[in-house]
Amino acid sequence: MKHLLSIDDLSTDEILQLFETAADMHDVQSREVKKLPALRGRTVVNMFFEDSTRTRSSFEIAGKWLSADVINVSAKGSSTSKGESLRDTVLTVCAMGVDGLVIRHPASGAAVQVSQWVDAAVVNAGDGMHEHPTQALLDAYTLQRHLGSLEGRHVAIIGDLTHSRVFRSNVQCLTRLGARVTVVAPPTLMPSGIGAWSAAAGFETSYDIDAVLPEADAVMMLRVQRERMSGAFFPSAREYTVGYGLTRNRLSLLKPDVPICHPGPMNRGLEIAADAADAAQSVVLEQVSGGLAIRMAVLYHLLAGDTWGGIA
Amino acid sequence: MSLVIKGASLLGQQTRDLYVDDAGVLVDEAPSGAETIDADGLVALPGLVDLHTHLREPGREDAETILTGSQAAALGGYTAVLAMANTSPVTDTAEAATRVWELGREAGLVHVQPVGAVTRGLAGEELAELGLMHRSRAAVNVFSDDGKCVHDARVMRRALEYVKAFGGVVSQHSQDPALAGPAACCHEGELSGRLGLPGWPGIAEEVIVARDVMLARHTGSRVHVAHVSTAGSVEVLRWAKARGIEVTAEVTPHHLLLTTDLLTGYDPTYKVNPPLRPQEDVDALREALTDGTIDAVATDHAPHARHDKEHAFVDAAFGMLGIETALGVVRTALPDLSWSDVARVMSTTPARIAGLAEQGRPLEPGSPAHVVLVDPDTAVTVDRDASASLSRNNPWHGRSLTSRVVHTVYGGRVTVRDGALA
Ligand SMILES: [Zn+2]
Repeated sequence: MKHLLSIDDLSTDEILQLFETAADMHDVQSREVKKLPALRGRTVVNMFFEDSTRTRSSFEIAGKWLSADVINVSAKGSSTSKGESLRDTVLTVCAMGVDGLVIRHPASGAAVQVSQWVDAAVVNAGDGMHEHPTQALLDAYTLQRHLGSLEGRHVAIIGDLTHSRVFRSNVQCLTRLGARVTVVAPPTLMPSGIGAWSAAAGFETSYDIDAVLPEADAVMMLRVQRERMSGAFFPSAREYTVGYGLTRNRLSLLKPDVPICHPGPMNRGLEIAADAADAAQSVVLEQVSGGLAIRMAVLYHLLAGDTWGGIA
Repeated sequence: MSLVIKGASLLGQQTRDLYVDDAGVLVDEAPSGAETIDADGLVALPGLVDLHTHLREPGREDAETILTGSQAAALGGYTAVLAMANTSPVTDTAEAATRVWELGREAGLVHVQPVGAVTRGLAGEELAELGLMHRSRAAVNVFSDDGKCVHDARVMRRALEYVKAFGGVVSQHSQDPALAGPAACCHEGELSGRLGLPGWPGIAEEVIVARDVMLARHTGSRVHVAHVSTAGSVEVLRWAKARGIEVTAEVTPHHLLLTTDLLTGYDPTYKVNPPLRPQEDVDALREALTDGTIDAVATDHAPHARHDKEHAFVDAAFGMLGIETALGVVRTALPDLSWSDVARVMSTTPARIAGLAEQGRPLEPGSPAHVVLVDPDTAVTVDRDASASLSRNNPWHGRSLTSRVVHTVYGGRVTVRDGALA
C-alpha cells in the first residue's frame, strides 16, 4: 500500500490487519504517556482544501502520538483564488520534504489526481462526493467491536447517498468484510445508475426505512448535506424526517442493542432525533476514538517503513 | 505558383492528375513550369472544413493563436475552420469578427471564418448585432453562443427568426442548464454515481434539441445542433428530418470513438463538454453519421494551457485538442465509411452548412484548389509534443490512428508537405 485513496486499494486481509493495529493503538490511547516513536523524523502534512475540524484534528493527533512532525495547511480556496493549479499547489508543499500528505478536497477524485503528481504517501481524508476511506474503516472497526465479525451481519445505510463519500467508502468496506448492506434513501438522493452498481457490487437498495430497520444488525445514518444541494431533492425538512429520519418512534422498530452510527456533524431533528443520537446504543463517540486509532494505524502502515509489521 | 498533383486517387476512386494554375484554381491542362507533387497511392479529397474550432485568440493566446490553430488545422488536412465566438472579448460585434477574419488572412494557411455570438457577451439575454456581423467583411453566417446554451426559448426563437433575413444559421450548444446543473462534468450514469462526479445527463441535451427542432419548424428557420452526443438526440433528429424540418447536426471525432469509461482515473484530459458517453451512444452516433441523420463531423478543437487542466476534475477546463487528428479518428472509428462519405461529412456538407461557397467543392476544373492528400494505409501514432497547437491536452497521445494526412493544398498553396508545415 503506497497510498490510501479508496477502500478499493485494500485487500480484505489488509483491512483486518489495519483493525488489529488499530486495536493496539486504541490501547495506547489509555496509557498515561500516549506517544509511540514509530514515525519519529517523518513529516506529515494535513492539507485541507475544505474545513473539517473533526477529521483534521483526528489526523493531527494520530500523527503526533506516533511522533511525526505534523503540519496543517489550510488550503481552502487557495488554488483557484490565486490562479494556481492544484498540481502547483501540492508540488510546492511537497517540495519541502513531506513523507505523508493527508488531503481533504471538495472535488471528487482530487486525492487520486494528487497521488499521481507527488512522491509522498497520500491519504484521502475525503474527496468531494467520492470517498472517505478512513471514515469507512473506523465505522467498520467500531461495528466489528460491537458485533464481532461483520460476516453475514445486516447493515442499513440511510440518508443522502448521492452526496455522501461516507456511503461510497462504506458500501465497499462493509461488503468486503462480508456484511449484507441495504441502502435507504428517497429516489432523488440515490446516485444515478445505482441499480446496475448495486447489482454488480452486491448490496441492496430500498425506499422504505420502516421495512429495513427491523432487519438491521446495525444502522448507519448519513448527514443530509444541505450545503451540496442546489436542486429540489425533497420537499421539506419535515417531510424528510417523517420519511427517512431515525425518529424516536423508529427506535422501537430496532432489535435490541443495534448500534447506531453517524459520521457527524449531526443534523439533530432532521436525519436523527436527539433520542436516537443520545440513545444507549448510539456509538457516535466511540466512532471518534476509533477514528483516532484507525488513523494511527493507517499512518503507521504507510510511513513506518516496516510495512505491515507489529507495533514495537 | 502552379502545381501538378500526380496520380492521386480522387475520393479513392479513379486515379487522375490534378492541375492547379497560378491563381490557385483547378484547371484542365498541366500548367507549364509547375511544381509537382507525387501523389501515387494517395487519396485526394476536397480540403476539410471544420464547423467548430476554438482558436482562443483574442484573449488566451497562451493556449492557441489564430496562427498556431491554422497550422494545426492545415496539418489535419483542413482548408477552412469556423472560429467559435467564445473568445475574450467575445466575437459579438462586426469589428471583433472582422479582426478574427483579418488575422486568419494574415496567417494564410486556412480560411478562418468567424462565428458570431448569438447574444451579447454570450449572456443569453439580448441578441448580438447579428446583421452587422453578417454585413461586415467577415460575412458572418453562423452564429453560436457555444460553450453556453441559448437556453431562453424566447431568445432562441427571436435569433432563429432574425437570421432568416440573410440566410444565417444558429448553431446551438444544447445543454439545459437546470437539468445539467452548474457543476455537471461527466456523463450521468452508473460511473458518475460511483465516482461521485456531478452528472451531465443525456436528457439535458435531448430536451434542448427537441425544443429547438420545434422552434425551427415554427420559425421556418435553420438550426444546427453542435456536437450531438446521445442516442436520444439522434432519435429526435431522425424524427425532425423525416418531417422536413430544417435541422442539421454535427458530431465530434471524440464522441465517435471514446467512452465515458475513460474517466475512472479522473484524468481531466478526457473532460469535455458535452461529456464522453457510454458505448450505446457512441454506436448510435456512428450509425447516424453513416446514414446521414448527422450531417457533419466537427472537431470542437479546444486547446487549453496546462495549468487550466491541472486542477481537480470538476475544476479543470472542458475540452480537448482534435483538429490535427480528426481524419484519423473518423477513419479509425468508421473504417467502412467510403472516401466519398468522408468527403461529404468532413468537407462538402460542412461547407454548405456554413455557407462557404469556395470550400468543399468537387475536385474538378473551376474549383478553388483546396485539396488534402491522404495516405489511407499508414497508421500514425500520435505524439502530443509533435503538435503545432500551443496546447497539449491531447486525448490521442500514444494511440495509433488509421490514415495519414500527407499534403494539404489551400488555394493552390501547399501548406503541408509530407506531413510537415511547408
Ligand atoms: Zn459546445
